[in-house]
Amino acid sequence: MDIKLLKECGENCWEIPCQGDMRVPARIFASRALIKEMDSKVLEQLMNVASLPGIVKAAMAMPDAHWGYGFPIGGVAAFDPAEGGVISVGGVGYDVSCGVRTLLTGLTREEVVSKLEELADALFSSVPAGVGSEGAIKLSPAKLDEVLVGGAMWAVSRGYGESEDLEYVEERGCMPGADPAAVSDMAKKRQHRQVGTLGSGNHYLEIQYVDEIYDRSAASAFGLEEQAVVVSIHCGSRALGHQIGTDYIQVLGRAARKYNIPIKEKELVCAPIESDEGRSYFKAVACGINCALANRQVLTHLVRQVFDRLLPKAQLQLIYDVSHNTCKVEEHEAGGAKRRLFVHRKGATRAFGPGRSELPPRYREAGQPVIIGGTMGTASYILAGSASGEELTWGSACHGAGRAMSRRQALKRWKGKKVLAELAHQGIIVRSASMRGAAEEAPGAYKDVSQVVDATHAAGLARKVARLRPLACVKG
Amino acid sequence: MSRERRGFETFEHGADIGVRGRGSTLEEAFASGARAMFSIVLESPPSCPPSCSVPVSCTSFDMEALFVAWLNELLAQADMERAVFWEFAIEIDPVEFAVQGSASGWRLDDIEAELGVEVKGATFTLAKVEHMDGEWVAQCVVDV
Repeated sequence: MDIKLLKECGENCWEIPCQGDMRVPARIFASRALIKEMDSKVLEQLMNVASLPGIVKAAMAMPDAHWGYGFPIGGVAAFDPAEGGVISVGGVGYDVSCGVRTLLTGLTREEVVSKLEELADALFSSVPAGVGSEGAIKLSPAKLDEVLVGGAMWAVSRGYGESEDLEYVEERGCMPGADPAAVSDMAKKRQHRQVGTLGSGNHYLEIQYVDEIYDRSAASAFGLEEQAVVVSIHCGSRALGHQIGTDYIQVLGRAARKYNIPIKEKELVCAPIESDEGRSYFKAVACGINCALANRQVLTHLVRQVFDRLLPKAQLQLIYDVSHNTCKVEEHEAGGAKRRLFVHRKGATRAFGPGRSELPPRYREAGQPVIIGGTMGTASYILAGSASGEELTWGSACHGAGRAMSRRQALKRWKGKKVLAELAHQGIIVRSASMRGAAEEAPGAYKDVSQVVDATHAAGLARKVARLRPLACVKG
Repeated sequence: MSRERRGFETFEHGADIGVRGRGSTLEEAFASGARAMFSIVLESPPSCPPSCSVPVSCTSFDMEALFVAWLNELLAQADMERAVFWEFAIEIDPVEFAVQGSASGWRLDDIEAELGVEVKGATFTLAKVEHMDGEWVAQCVVDV
């Protein structure tokens, strides 16, 4: 992206002021280096988002932003229903509530390392991953409705996890407002056996250790110590979420025409929040979020079973579960008043600062744990939400490293087997359902996650707490 | 940059993958586009003839949206049938923007070769259906 197009407006903050039909400025939070590498499509898409009705303050992009579907990936925008604000498919994405959860194990790296191969094999055989994988749970559309309403709470009530887990999931494990009637039969049929599956692409299950701590106080609140082993699970709402996106592109496409909302890119289709179509989509998104929360909860149960068998001393305790493809109703300060806003985060993590009532009491002083997934060969990070982030980005931060090269380029450059051999040489064990997938997800195909996290920290969106290094990874 | 295989190819996109089908008719271009998409899931189709078949139909509001809807309909059927489709017998109504016909392929359990990666959905990004240089071309980016 040509940095000369932007006006510097703060530490790691760049802006395009209102122009043309933009209602608010477009703002990118990133370092100079990341801006230079960033796809110019990010700016174009952000300016399109800035022109949507009812948008408040600014259309924003996080440091890991790249070209997306309507919204850039890494896009954040809040809309006020009282000002004709809209809800958009592009602002949520196709994998509704894709996210990450991280669990403490109570073990150190030294205690795990000798069992690592065995753990990786056991997780790979116990956790369904890859194309066409199916879980052990079979759900008829009627039964699936219970998942869509109950989320992680449904899973816990069926024995998949512990009730304490729910405290450490956004929305306490159950997104309100879900109405299964807003979800098509096709979506429910596709999800028939997908609850409790990892999926493929960039989804993973990783055993990691804490390599460095930057903020001892927050780390202590999150239960993180140097050399402590944790498990992270990255996945979403599987086929159900994808079908919700597919179905509502059509519904909101027609709605945009009906309500005369000019649309510059088809995936930016939207409807007023206070319209039948908008309300229906929000109810469906809530179902998608619950489906993803239930999915990660069931996967947690499978991981616990493996650890119980191989390392019975382990106590897998959830640090937090974050979603990074959502639209949620939140209260924020805007224009000197508290307002109820519909905050879209597409490839961006909620990062609430200290004091928010939505956070578990244990984290109210430190701020929300913000989990940033890296690659299977580099690092992931845990950050903490900050007060300044609440002011700047509605309490939002980056979500990952972001791709540096396309999947096709990665396939040309690497062979899956060689990628896995190189990682093994570094002591990182990878089990992958697909060698093609392993090549596409080669660590070199991603941007440097540390640069992204440093830019997030410097911009004041969230504070660095700890760095995690991979020990073993299961890829779909 | 693109990689062409008998009327279909994939092409570059920053984070995901573009799929493109070509043909002397709209139907051929749509079928080739579907093969491009399934080539992400299945690098090489089995040499044996397809062993399962499903009826497929969808409608939309314009031709590009119909191509996207067609691919998404196939993904949904593939999920439900646990199959990959490769052969298509379809008719397109260019006035009503409708596709009707059948898709044939193999159940995943019957495929011995290693599978690639899952396609989450077809998107409108770079979606295009056009007649150029004497052939039909249908393309879009798919989310993986």
